Amino acid sequence: MNYLIKGGTIIDPSGDINEALDIFISGGKISDIGRSLQAKDAKVIDSGGMIVTPGLIDMHVHLREPGREDEETVLTGTRAAAKGGFSTIVCMPNTEPALDSAEILAKLKTIITKDAVVNVLPSGAITIGRLGKELADIKAMAKEGAVAVSDDGSSVEDENLMLKALKSAKSAGIVLIDHCEDVVLANKGVMNKGFVSTKMGLRGISRESEWKRVERDIALAEKAGAKIHIAHVSCKESVDVIGKAKKRGVLVTAETAPHYFALTDECCVTYDTNTKINPPLRTAEDVAAIKKALAEGIIDVIASDHAPHTDSEKDVEFDHAPFGKIGLESSLGVSITELIGNKVLTWKQLIEKFTTNPARILGLKNGMLKKGTPANITVIDPKRKYMITQDSLESKSKNSPFIGWQLTGRAVHLFVSGKLIMLDEKIL
Amino acid sequence: MKGLNNMAGAAGKLQWTRKDLLGLEHLSKEEIELILYTAASFKEVTTRRIKKVPALRGKTVVNLFYEPSTRTRTSFELAAKRLSADVVNIEIEASSVKKGETLIDTGRNIEALKIDIIVVRHNCSGAPNILARSVKSSVVNAGDGWHEHPTQALLDMFTLKSKLGRIEGQNVSIIGDIAHSRVARSNIWGLTKLGAKVTVCAPKMLIPEGIEKMGVKVTSDIKEALTGADAINVLRMQFERDTGGAFPTRMEYFKQYGITKEKLAGCKPDIVVMHPGPINRGIEMSSDVADGKNSVILEQVTNGIAVRMAVLYLVGLVKEGAR
Repeated sequence: MNYLIKGGTIIDPSGDINEALDIFISGGKISDIGRSLQAKDAKVIDSGGMIVTPGLIDMHVHLREPGREDEETVLTGTRAAAKGGFSTIVCMPNTEPALDSAEILAKLKTIITKDAVVNVLPSGAITIGRLGKELADIKAMAKEGAVAVSDDGSSVEDENLMLKALKSAKSAGIVLIDHCEDVVLANKGVMNKGFVSTKMGLRGISRESEWKRVERDIALAEKAGAKIHIAHVSCKESVDVIGKAKKRGVLVTAETAPHYFALTDECCVTYDTNTKINPPLRTAEDVAAIKKALAEGIIDVIASDHAPHTDSEKDVEFDHAPFGKIGLESSLGVSITELIGNKVLTWKQLIEKFTTNPARILGLKNGMLKKGTPANITVIDPKRKYMITQDSLESKSKNSPFIGWQLTGRAVHLFVSGKLIMLDEKIL
Repeated sequence: MKGLNNMAGAAGKLQWTRKDLLGLEHLSKEEIELILYTAASFKEVTTRRIKKVPALRGKTVVNLFYEPSTRTRTSFELAAKRLSADVVNIEIEASSVKKGETLIDTGRNIEALKIDIIVVRHNCSGAPNILARSVKSSVVNAGDGWHEHPTQALLDMFTLKSKLGRIEGQNVSIIGDIAHSRVARSNIWGLTKLGAKVTVCAPKMLIPEGIEKMGVKVTSDIKEALTGADAINVLRMQFERDTGGAFPTRMEYFKQYGITKEKLAGCKPDIVVMHPGPINRGIEMSSDVADGKNSVILEQVTNGIAVRMAVLYLVGLVKEGAR
């Protein structure tokens, strides 16, 4: 089937394009981009008033398969990704078993081939079993398609091992995605340490537990001459550390998640366990610092850190609930509402954080609209108003603090490798 | 009982509308005064020869305790019985919770037994909040984690009021492990709402971040906390606590912060000395102070029943529609 995406405004930061252009798709590829294209034998995707962008990339997703299919599967997770406008996602290795070898990655690949409705690129684990003891075979995993390595959910405590990991990732030509958390400093906390945790009587997670580990690992990356990508930046001090490192030329990049610029620890006051996230929701001051860092380019990427948990896991005391929230289906909407709506970012800057930048960090060829390349395209209605409801979610888990939020702006059509996956918000 | 009657005017106009009592943070001054006013009339009941009124006859109260507590549970049980409610006690060992039924399931099962009021004590902060939004029964917080212990603070305020006549303008110091104390937090919310000037005093490691934003003065100097105080509330020290950080030894603590006759020598002569119990004699307080003329510790225990009667009565009579 051929398609003509007609009437929209293309924003492609990779080519600095921001103009009214049509896209013709045939044979799964972008075959033409131009003004007022006409094409017979093509289904016309009316995109008047819409923004047409390279297919969005979410480089931080937990798909839970294998092992925790009660929380999410490749099928449900990628449907959620499609609904959120993502043509490509990176899945994290903290599955059961962990994605810590080429063999397990190969098995996952067969599930992806069978079930995934968007492109899924796995991240391998840094250490075997994500236990922080023994380095996984990073080179073999890279060969098997791992685009990154990460022990996400845990930090590598052993400094020497971390240095080795960075060197190994460098020689394998992939990026290390770093979950920064000093567990001793985190002191078994369950939310941000501060006035709100004090009045709620909950154990606090200090800011130091994050930024001191960011500082340590950036220094190690500098020593190794390796690339490092700091995951889910939540606090002001981490931003400062990353900003300084970038200035002196360290190969560091960083991501944040929408909840770190849309929510604060005040959201925890009802003991809603969907606000229990690691790193924790911080303060208004941190939100301001994160927004500024996004605008200044210190933070390169917005990624959801989609972390599904079942109702029965979350419907417990705050202390006992697991950390994490889902985000694939709210990430773009919350970002448009908060960042475009409040004039924090321009559209070009916003789209960059979802396309060009993650593509560059991961060394992917997509993230751009170019003739002859596979058609990964997201069409966004910047004005559409809607509410996030439990029933609207494709994700198997419903643990979102954004349920009930009124948002403006969402993905309405999606092409993945030339296939029309979503049309007018409906997954086909 | 001077003072309590003065509230009749203000309190009389207010109708209690809350299904639950989860803490004092979100109560208004008027709501707190209404509870204290109601407690005053129940206090009179407890001095009668027949200490029972039919106010909650036909209602059932469950004491759901996830933490061992003889004193608070007994106080709630007596309060419910003196209101003619039926009472059932359920004790669940916190260590078995992870394997067993969830809090919400337990709550719904209790609700299915047509229980009107669940009095809950839990080691996790916020457990009563989670329970309250899962069941139609009223939920009364009997202490949750480090969060709140509203009936303790209410009985502390009731006792203070009966001793000092009023709470507004009084200097009250809370001394001890503020960081891990639900009694401290509830007292701070309640006392500041009623216009007291509150100081918290503890070694630095036991003062939680941002506590000053709750409207209190913070000091680690015991002299500063005692000088000019109209009342002190001395918290129980729990040395068995796993804080991970440096904790003072019992002797160090007693020497610096333990309330002794000598330390009280420079204070107001009629300073009111409170303690939520159980006391560690010779750690946070010496015996001569605990048993001395300034101590109101046993009166607190007596007042606890009247205050809990008031709370059970008020939530127990909230119209079904509010549930």
